[in-house]
Amino acid sequence: MKRFLIPLGLFLVLAVFLGIGLNRDPREVPSPLIGKPAPAFSLPTLGAPGKTFGPQDMRGRVWVLNVWASWCVACREEHPVLVEFAKRGVVPIVGLDYKDQPAAAQGWLARLGNPYVLSVLDTDGRVGIDYGVYGVPETYVIDKAGIIRFKQIGPVTAEVLKTKMLPMIQELQR
Amino acid sequence: MNRLLMAALLCLGIALSAQANDAKPLAEDPAVEARLQVIAEEVRCLVCQNESLAASQADLANDLRREIRAQIRQGRTDAEIMDFLVSRYGDFVRYRPPFNVTTGLLWLGPFAALLAGLGGLILFLRRRRGVVAPTALTDDERRKAAALLDGTD
Repeated sequence: MKRFLIPLGLFLVLAVFLGIGLNRDPREVPSPLIGKPAPAFSLPTLGAPGKTFGPQDMRGRVWVLNVWASWCVACREEHPVLVEFAKRGVVPIVGLDYKDQPAAAQGWLARLGNPYVLSVLDTDGRVGIDYGVYGVPETYVIDKAGIIRFKQIGPVTAEVLKTKMLPMIQELQR
Repeated sequence: MNRLLMAALLCLGIALSAQANDAKPLAEDPAVEARLQVIAEEVRCLVCQNESLAASQADLANDLRREIRAQIRQGRTDAEIMDFLVSRYGDFVRYRPPFNVTTGLLWLGPFAALLAGLGGLILFLRRRRGVVAPTALTDDERRKAAALLDGTD
């Protein structure tokens, strides 16, 4: 009997590790940008020709950068959460409209609501590369000094917002 | 006759599909393309994670290849371009991750497991030697063995 205990124990350890591995999302790759300054950009604003926006405009404020697109299916899932969050007015949410048509983007916001203080147009995806975007939607929490503190890959759910983003935002705003 | 025609058509199809090639390079400069190919083979496409950047047709892969191409033209070195990618997407984009604190287990884990296995094996063999101790033959057994060997039993 005792001789089976060791293989059984090894098997259980292996099973636990494989089980953990199965339940993790391989798309969630830790971002090297956490703790680094938000990459600078200056992009045209959606719906306001001639106006540009960059992260430097948000110095001294905690803010959220949300990468979205009208063609992005998961963004639609995330959108109501952001609209609801924006209503509470905790932080300004800036949209980065990633590789999108301005007309389509504006139609999307008109239809589904606009949680953004403004959205900038990253038509060729160049700024997306600087932010290490590989799966829209992605969301960044950026602190008063312009440092990226948190990155959510994939939709922001009500749970992520409540358990991860909000506590961090409140901490940073202090 | 019909069958023969079908077979001929099939062969033609196979011959033609053999002509199909990898995606055509988009730029003309073969030197740039060659360097791009070398870098892109080393980099994982994050959209379809089991494909290299060189093989992937994902939108982001196209963008990144365009970016790498532009940087090659700007005279950046391969190491600089790799740093550019790693600083944005992390060590995970490299098919050959560097050896550092976070990847230590990845690099050393297999060797640690091998050592543990060898240690276990040695322990097991040592213990077994103790259990079945070689015992000397009795005189009676010796006689029997000799008889068997002589074949005169």
